[in-house]
Amino acid sequence: MTLKLPIYLDHAATTPCDPRVVEAMLPYFTEKFGNPGSRNHSFGWEGEDAVDTARRQVASLLGADRKEVIFTSGSTESNNLAIKGAANMYQKAGPGEGKPRGHIITEIIEHKAVLDPCKRLEKDGFDVTYLEPGPDGVITRAMVEGALRDDTILVTIMWANNEIGVINEIPEIGALCHEKKVVFHTDATQWVGKAPTDVNKDNIDLLSMSGHKIYGPKGVGALYVRRRRPRIRLVALQEGGGQERGFRSGTLNVTGIVGLGAACELCAQDMDSERERLLALRKKIEAKVMSELDVVQINGHAERRMPHLTNISFGFVEGESLMMATKEIAMSSGSACTSASLEPSYVLKGLGVGDDLAHSSLRISLGRWTTEEEVDYAADKIVEAVRKLRDLSPLYDMHNEGIDVSKIEWNAH
Amino acid sequence: MAYSDKVIQHYEKPNNVGNFGTTAEVKERKDVGVGIVGAPECGDVMQLQIKVDEQGNIEDARFKCFGCGSAIASSSLATEWLKGRTVDEGLEIKNTQIVEELSLPPVKIHCSVLAEDAIRAAIADYKKKNGLEEAG
Repeated sequence: MTLKLPIYLDHAATTPCDPRVVEAMLPYFTEKFGNPGSRNHSFGWEGEDAVDTARRQVASLLGADRKEVIFTSGSTESNNLAIKGAANMYQKAGPGEGKPRGHIITEIIEHKAVLDPCKRLEKDGFDVTYLEPGPDGVITRAMVEGALRDDTILVTIMWANNEIGVINEIPEIGALCHEKKVVFHTDATQWVGKAPTDVNKDNIDLLSMSGHKIYGPKGVGALYVRRRRPRIRLVALQEGGGQERGFRSGTLNVTGIVGLGAACELCAQDMDSERERLLALRKKIEAKVMSELDVVQINGHAERRMPHLTNISFGFVEGESLMMATKEIAMSSGSACTSASLEPSYVLKGLGVGDDLAHSSLRISLGRWTTEEEVDYAADKIVEAVRKLRDLSPLYDMHNEGIDVSKIEWNAH
Repeated sequence: MAYSDKVIQHYEKPNNVGNFGTTAEVKERKDVGVGIVGAPECGDVMQLQIKVDEQGNIEDARFKCFGCGSAIASSSLATEWLKGRTVDEGLEIKNTQIVEELSLPPVKIHCSVLAEDAIRAAIADYKKKNGLEEAG
């Protein structure tokens, strides 16, 4: 079989829609187009049935009750609704009362869709603690416990990190929050569909997820909102027709919701075998790169990581030229060098990875249709590219001459 | 980001990659001027070396670069332009000429600035080693 180029190894950014998902969606664009809110004719009932089925499929993947699933436009909206909605509902004091409105705990390597709502709440009078993980990137129960205050109202910690794939102590943090009667939200965008989830056993009150990370369509996601022990209430962001139990007004995106449901069901079907397969492929890439190159570092905890994702820093090569040298392979770079800001990844910096290594890192994320052949090809190309760039690199020469590059006083621009 | 054909050409087949000895060796060589500019945490380090004959002509130039495609292309081009010039003529190379030749977009102009800085640093190093007057 000939290899088709370019090879897509950026599944943590987005995934292709599974053709079975698309097929499930198609009738709802045309003949089954009814608005689930139309209660008095068969077109509406058809839409309502479809949404109910999808709700059951999503709930089943999460170990939740279907009444606990709120459909949204994706994880960003779910995170905003959960964080702002819970903060405003459980506030200790209202705005303008001149005292802290409540305390929120999060961490510095969360996705921007969590960090920015937290920053907004900070401006609006809430206190926010940003936990710093150690070099392994893991947020532990003990870290959260150490930051809890009497006025803590919300803890929001992602389940698996999007850049490094590191898995936080979610069930443990959830248990702590339940003991302390603090609302617990997790952004599970990179976790759900790829690893077993049980909101009850895992002690979760609010969970964000997205369709397009799990072979479903873009523009649809869900927020799990616990209904019992404890019942979680939220102040809605969007008001109107009162859909989704008033949490999220707006006509339901039936096609997207049907796709999300189908995607959830497919993920549940062969989750275990898929995890094993992807883990073996990821380990193959890592082993190849580590055995053929020196000064290479896999970022984040060695074991507590998602099977399909790895983030590798290559010393003495620069990220953008590395992307250029591996242009047949679609991956993410640790540095946003193409933007004028030239900022290395805040996630890698948050782990204490030096700016130089943060600039020269690749995030490789595998998916449902990634083959061994593709992985072998990519690993070879990466090794070849790093070797080529190191032949060009004055820093690699210095390193080989025994000069400690980090000790040189550079004339930064 | 779309690169110009010239950047890609230089990047794929850079000219004059290398050096005239190890860091310690070139430090001792009076006929070699070394310029190292940039910083790893900024994502660019350029090393330019010129080899100058007794008449003050740059007979050879080598580079190594840690940086993006545009930085590699800018330094490759700089070595090409330096060869055959006198050291003083070398100082006439301006970053704007590099921008023009490689059609660098605005976000990559710093690469050409770095190349000009590297040229100046290498020539300054050569002059210093030989007790010649420092350029401006």
